[in-house]
Amino acid sequence: MDAELPVAGVGAPGLEALAGRQVALIDLLDRLLTGGAVLTGDLVLSIADVDLVHINVRAVIRSITAENLAPW
Amino acid sequence: MNGDVTATATTGASNRPQVAAGSGHGDDRRRHAYVYAVGWHEPALTEAAAGAPGLDGAAVRTVCADGLSALVCDVPADAFGEEGLRGQMEDLDRLAAIARSHHALVVAANALTTVLPMRLGTVYRDEARVAHMLQEHGGALRTLLDRLEGHAEWGVKVYADPRAMPPAAAPQSGAATAGSASSAGSPGRAYLRQRRAVRDAHHAVYRTARDVVARIHEQAAALAAGHVAHHPQQGELATASGENLANDAYLVSVEHTDAFQAAVRQAAADAPGVRVEVTGPWAPYSFAATSPPAPETAPDTGSDSGTGTGTGSDPGAGAGHGR
Repeated sequence: MDAELPVAGVGAPGLEALAGRQVALIDLLDRLLTGGAVLTGDLVLSIADVDLVHINVRAVIRSITAENLAPW
Repeated sequence: MNGDVTATATTGASNRPQVAAGSGHGDDRRRHAYVYAVGWHEPALTEAAAGAPGLDGAAVRTVCADGLSALVCDVPADAFGEEGLRGQMEDLDRLAAIARSHHALVVAANALTTVLPMRLGTVYRDEARVAHMLQEHGGALRTLLDRLEGHAEWGVKVYADPRAMPPAAAPQSGAATAGSASSAGSPGRAYLRQRRAVRDAHHAVYRTARDVVARIHEQAAALAAGHVAHHPQQGELATASGENLANDAYLVSVEHTDAFQAAVRQAAADAPGVRVEVTGPWAPYSFAATSPPAPETAPDTGSDSGTGTGTGSDPGAGAGHGR
């Protein structure tokens, strides 16, 4: 995937210039695992199961899936 | 706006999915519908569907109902059923691949129109059920799409990074604590003084970083239409130097974007050892929840309420008014 989201830096002293960089996976997972619309219904995988799903990756991405309480 | 349910296959662009485990017959080749995002039913979404490949190269299509459209792609039922999806998401490489693919589609659509990104791994049994979801949740989806129109999400991360301090800063703060003990004492004493200087500089950086976070919350947040605090980043995937103290997402309207960035820039100025990273514009991932969190209640209930009993800022005390 080369057509990545442009990540713009504000480009001022004290601000990291990020222009042109690929989106960091951790930033993406922050949003895709805790953000995004969740609609209940006839899902194959119910969202309530998601925290179970992530248990094994949690060691790696514990910053994203807070260890103790998962709002989802 | 009738109740019609249509599934429009977009042509071109993509090859059919190559299913690795395609050895079965008939039933094993069932498909589920992976949903990326929802938007208004308009040509822009169809265009986005045509322009980017779906998961593992699958074709992306739109499923439409009641004036809304969902961007979906076919995925093999075995790999994206409950068991299969769980297995995939436990594999970080595979999780990353799905996340990148999901993101690519959302970016393509978001560039053309307002979209509501779905959470990673949103899979429906088939397209008819996606259409049913659009009908069932139509009211909430429309409200959210209206709210997100003309807005983008910006990420703001604040790091305390004492090692990035300009070299001049550390001795200064050390000297302040060391006071008048300026005579060059024993090497041991000098060492201790040095240690103390480093520690003080370290504390100073964290203090400054917290001030920066507070300033951003106050000044930049005033220009934003929404604010979500993500968990500070840590762990193996957090490769940036320093410690991430704040990892926030702001929903900012197009007309306020410049002012918002200026406010962040100002809040980050003159803060040695503190680094502020701004990412974006993002599709409004962090603001796509169908039941948005209630607006923050006033943080300080002490002064503006005549009904309080004077026992302090009990958050429950505010429940009776101001809703």
